[in-house]
Amino acid sequence: MSATTDTRVLTAPRYRLPAASSWTLTIAVVVALLALLPLGFVLWAAVATGWDTAVTLIFRGRVAELMVDTILLVLLTIPICTLLAVTLAWLTERTDLPGARLWSWLCVAPLAVPAFVHSYAWVGLWPGIHGLGAGVAISVVAYFPFLFLPVSAAFRLLDPALEDQAASLGLAPVAVFRRVVLPQLRLAVCGGMLLIGLHLLAEYGLFAMIRFDTFTTAIIDQFQSTYNGVAAYMLALVLVLCCLVLLGLEASLRGRRRYARLGPGVARRTKTVRLGRWRYPLLLLPLVTAAFSLGIPALTLGRWLVAGGTAIWRMDEIGLALGQTLVICLIGGFATTAAAVPIAWLSVRRVNRSSRFLEGCYYLASSMPGVVVALALVTVTVRALLPLYQTVATIVLAYVIMFLPRALVSLRASIAQVPVELEQAAASLGRSPGNALWSTTVRLAAPGAAAGVALSSLGIMNELTATQMLAPNGTRTLAMAFWALTSEIDYAGAAPYAVLMVLFSLPLTWLLHHQSKKIAGR
Amino acid sequence: MTFLKLDSLRKHYGAVAALDGVDMTVAPGSRTAIVGPSGCGKTTLLRLIAGFEAPDAGAILLDGEVMADAQGQVPAHLRNIGIVAQDGCLFPHLSVSDNIGFGLKTDREAKRARAGELMEMVGLDPAMLSRKPDQLSGGQQQRVALARALARQPRLMLLDEPFSALDTGLRVATRKAVADVLSSAGITTILVTHDQQEALAFADQLAVMRSGRFVQVGSPRDVYARPVDAATAAFMGEAIVLPADVAGGQAESPLGPLAIDAGGFSGAGSILLRPEQISVRRAEAEDANGTVADVVFGGSTCDTRIVLDGVHAHAFRLDIPNREMLHAGDRVAVSVSGKAHLFR
Ligand SMILES: Nc1ncnc2c1ncn2[C@@H]1O[C@H](COP(=O)(O)OP(=O)(O)OP(=O)(O)O)[C@@H](O)[C@H]1O
Ligand SMILES: [Mg+2]
Repeated sequence: MSATTDTRVLTAPRYRLPAASSWTLTIAVVVALLALLPLGFVLWAAVATGWDTAVTLIFRGRVAELMVDTILLVLLTIPICTLLAVTLAWLTERTDLPGARLWSWLCVAPLAVPAFVHSYAWVGLWPGIHGLGAGVAISVVAYFPFLFLPVSAAFRLLDPALEDQAASLGLAPVAVFRRVVLPQLRLAVCGGMLLIGLHLLAEYGLFAMIRFDTFTTAIIDQFQSTYNGVAAYMLALVLVLCCLVLLGLEASLRGRRRYARLGPGVARRTKTVRLGRWRYPLLLLPLVTAAFSLGIPALTLGRWLVAGGTAIWRMDEIGLALGQTLVICLIGGFATTAAAVPIAWLSVRRVNRSSRFLEGCYYLASSMPGVVVALALVTVTVRALLPLYQTVATIVLAYVIMFLPRALVSLRASIAQVPVELEQAAASLGRSPGNALWSTTVRLAAPGAAAGVALSSLGIMNELTATQMLAPNGTRTLAMAFWALTSEIDYAGAAPYAVLMVLFSLPLTWLLHHQSKKIAGR
Repeated sequence: MTFLKLDSLRKHYGAVAALDGVDMTVAPGSRTAIVGPSGCGKTTLLRLIAGFEAPDAGAILLDGEVMADAQGQVPAHLRNIGIVAQDGCLFPHLSVSDNIGFGLKTDREAKRARAGELMEMVGLDPAMLSRKPDQLSGGQQQRVALARALARQPRLMLLDEPFSALDTGLRVATRKAVADVLSSAGITTILVTHDQQEALAFADQLAVMRSGRFVQVGSPRDVYARPVDAATAAFMGEAIVLPADVAGGQAESPLGPLAIDAGGFSGAGSILLRPEQISVRRAEAEDANGTVADVVFGGSTCDTRIVLDGVHAHAFRLDIPNREMLHAGDRVAVSVSGKAHLFR
């Protein structure tokens, strides 16, 4: 009797649900494969071209010229940006510079101005400006905030006790800065330098406007004029190799260690350095920086707006472009964030080699220049999936590939703040794993997701290269309209579009600034 | 002989007076301990001495040189004062060996050699030299921090609760090791601690701090046996404070007439007895002068509350060895050996 009862208990219907993490992992892997499509495409193109053709296309004078220009551009811009950003971050975070908070905000604000609008503004002021010098100057003002942001956050995180300790060991203030402060800024500086380097390689509008040729502009020229596929592919291959070199350099410079604060307790707040009689002379640096990075765009835009009067506000066209931009930004922003959810969750909750590897794939994929992503998607859709050519789906995929890390960073930070115990509690209250995840972590991480949507939308709004190559027929975003008008030398007509892009980007830039403060806990 | 002299130091943070007139002299080669409740200004005092912050008023003299006064101050890096902070404060971006060699101005080889020597001195395995600080335990980090501060043979060593991260056993051993290292190097030391036992064991001179002032400075024995007031007495260990009428070197107390340690005072006062002066035994009617009110079992001793006879029914508590087997309600005889301390 009892034996049968036992048997019945044992054979009671049982079924297994796949664990939430295995689903998440599957989705994350699929997204990663899609994201790696451009890189895979370029490698495939290299192999398919064949050795001899590749050699003749790569080892020629034109490529060498582009290479020299690109290397010079990177080697000049990055050190200048670093010097400028570290000095400004130090002045605004650690000294009694008058109006430090305002200056800190003004150092981030140039991010709201798309790089090609910076270039447009300079050309408006100095019509003859062109070449390497102009490229470096404009790149510095357009991109130094990418370094300023992380470095000033790092300054806020430094534990002043370490600097006191170094002083008690006999180091003069300058030596303390060199041996204790700078090494701790290294991670932030490396990250920022990499970001700037990748932007320099990927940017099209900024350099096209001042007629400075880089790999990206050359690829687009090829693409638009002759559609010489193979030559464009080979340029893309070299460009991708440049990106990989940058990534490798950054990885080796950064080292593998993170510098955690040791020991218990909260760090004391840092002392401010008294500048004394240097207080007002040093104001000149942020002042001049702001004049170039904000003043010039404001001046040129203002001038064109006044000169153009009401005639340039063709509301029907502008309204249409604005509407299309907002729709595409929202779709792209949501898609990017949704695509980032699985890997964000994995990288917080399942920290292991495979999730770290996957995360690395996303970063690698997003460091591919927009032109390469676009070229790959164009070729793949034209050759294999024609119905998808120039559709919203394709362009959204491009945005997901390019901007996923922005959403990932925001999401991961807020998921990390949700205790895993909540998920477990929900499961113990009878929710299925997926449901438990949704009703706890995802809900609580909503602010991070919102920030992710906002930040990726900001990127999409100011994206020109891939949008131009992939947008469905008839699409005209703000950036595209702006570009088309400046190409027709209608600088006044382009001004309203630039103003709109800046206006919409400003709040998002503020969000970025705010987030970096929050990361520093202040 | 005076090595360090603090002269009415003051330091305010906004409305908070972190230091409110601190005076002290420290003899060369001596060990001074500063104790006091949390927030009384101990860390602030060390930061002023080290030169991390400037006093609002007062002066600091080290070995006859003015370190800080109303005219200005010597910056921290020129003072040659070593400091070991509560959390060790190692440079996270440097290896243990580079941390120890940080303040040395010699070449790499000499730094490595010196680091190895110092590691042995603080009782760590030199094999750890190539590790990063986050690969060490809290206690090991603390000892590396000490080695780093010792490397430059500082004139004065400041220790801010350096042992608080350690467990009890390691704490005693480390404290002894540090004391030995410092005295064999002949380095004058100031130790800040929460732990009165640590202070009593470590110091030649003990300073008790409260709300930004020293309420008492003296030898550990003196401060323990003759504290200035009841709060200091309680801070330094178990204290039994009773009211008494004093006349002619005798105190009439709830425990009967007691000899006191100071003459020349008569009137109402209060006296201090330490638990080791008191013995309690079970007693019959006429011998007994108190009743056990409450017993909390605590292993080898029992935490016992005794109410003394008399109209005021004064009570005190005491850890009594368990062999007495007292129970609530038992009558006991309480007797005192030695002199009681009279608070002024
Ligand atoms: N930078 C500061 N700004 C404002 N107030 C401060 C600052 N540093 C210390 N204080 C205040 O000064 C007083 C003394 O602080 P201090 O750190 O010296 O205390 P402490 O005796 O070391 O305490 P603990 O034993 O808890 O370490 C405290 O009331 C504290 O709040
Ligand atoms: Mg303290």
